[in-house]
Amino acid sequence: MASYNTSEFRKGLKVQIDGDPYLMLECNFVKPGKGQAMYKCRLRNLVRNTVLDRTWKSGDSLEAADVEEVEAQYLYRQADTFVFMDTNTYEQYEIDKDLVDDAWKYLKEGMVCSIMLFNNQPIGITPPNHVVLKVEYCEPGAKGNTATNVTKPSEVETGATIECPSFVDIGDMIRVDTRTGAYIERARE
Amino acid sequence: MSGDAEGLQRSIREYPGEASSQPDYLPSATLAAVRFRAEMLRRLRTFFDERGFLEVDTPILSADTLVDRHLAAFSTELPCGPGRPPQTLWLQTSPEFHMKRLLAAGAEAIYQVAHVFRQGEIGRLHNPEFTMVEWYRAGDDPAQGMQLLSDLCEAMLRRGPAEWVSYRQAFERHVGLDPHAAPTEALAARCRALRLAVPPGFAAADRDSWLDFLLGECVQAHLGCDRPAILYDYPASQAMLARVRDGDPPVAERFELYVDGVELANGYHELLDAAELRRRNGAVNAQRVADGNAALPEESRLLAAMEAGLPAAVGVALGFDRLVMLAFGATRLAEVVAFPIGRA
Repeated sequence: MASYNTSEFRKGLKVQIDGDPYLMLECNFVKPGKGQAMYKCRLRNLVRNTVLDRTWKSGDSLEAADVEEVEAQYLYRQADTFVFMDTNTYEQYEIDKDLVDDAWKYLKEGMVCSIMLFNNQPIGITPPNHVVLKVEYCEPGAKGNTATNVTKPSEVETGATIECPSFVDIGDMIRVDTRTGAYIERARE
Repeated sequence: MSGDAEGLQRSIREYPGEASSQPDYLPSATLAAVRFRAEMLRRLRTFFDERGFLEVDTPILSADTLVDRHLAAFSTELPCGPGRPPQTLWLQTSPEFHMKRLLAAGAEAIYQVAHVFRQGEIGRLHNPEFTMVEWYRAGDDPAQGMQLLSDLCEAMLRRGPAEWVSYRQAFERHVGLDPHAAPTEALAARCRALRLAVPPGFAAADRDSWLDFLLGECVQAHLGCDRPAILYDYPASQAMLARVRDGDPPVAERFELYVDGVELANGYHELLDAAELRRRNGAVNAQRVADGNAALPEESRLLAAMEAGLPAAVGVALGFDRLVMLAFGATRLAEVVAFPIGRA
């Protein structure tokens, strides 16, 4: 397995620490007084999403993490398992609810998502930035009220609840930003 | 991973400049910064001229190099004709050897604005080639040397005179222990108690590494925030080329200037004793070999000059790029250095 020397450390590097894959978020060279040169790094655990601060002496190295992103189509859910198919290899991935995390709120059958693989095992999924979902239930819309600052919880086809403006009605299609979970607009579809 | 080789190339270019998205034939510093730098250089020369200092110009390439545990000098070769081995020459890590040789020849107050070179130092506050202002004044004691540094800092930054904080006071205040008296295990225990990210492979008995680490993690950021600060009286084990003053404990007559937590300058009450420098060179080389680095040549013309007699003096080296950065209100060297390493 390839490794990276401290002189190669940079933002965006994917490395392995204690068997887990990490993304280097920041890396700063420091050399206090006339002492040992060090690299102070901030890293995000790509499985657990936790942030770690670590320091390495100049000359140390870290194993590279074999992390890649593939496109995969969401097929169906079976209890706590979500099943995807790689759009290039047709290989199927079964991903546990814990790894899918909040992305379940936006998953519709046939949707193409990005799956992150570590040593060929899925460790997380990212849905498209914007998805269109059908409103299944909400309190009746306030006619003529086009204000967007008053919101109400609305249940969509995936079972998730999205905060929508009060004019949104049952049966409406709405566009949602999956990165923030926020309602964007009503969609024709 | 096919994109990584290209990514690494790019990282070298981007690292010191970080956020800059400009094509790399352009300077990373604005022309306003380049003009400001020139103004700072004028101010610096006026400061030294007014005090009777002589500006000197000494070689960048030298047959001698500093024997230091944590510095890596660049080297090159001077061809010496067919059939003869080339001579190794070193790019200076500071102009100190030549300037002390001028002192030994009778110069009394000298300064220099020099380009210096250090391998592997790339970051927000580091560039492998940087501009150092170095000066020496014969006859100064440490207090006079620190006063001159404080005056220079005031003239250049206009942030008032420096406060003087001893290494011990700073550690007692920000780490909560006496850096001279605390056993090495106590330093390591303090790092654990403070939940500091200690690098793997830190040797438990390596006292100076623990002290440097605590200095970097807990002390530096507090130094020079309200006004410039001069940290003085270092542990004797970190004397480098400074004299050690007898006492309980003995301390190195060495000092550093900090502004906004940034280390700006390092000064010594210069070591005059050639035998002591030989002893230190030997110890440093032993440590270098233990660290897995090559030993460096211990003999030098500086030693010859010291044997012939060096006058008592204080010498200070100041990072000019960092000084300009702070005065300009910038946060990265690349904002005040026209072409940092990735654009060099």
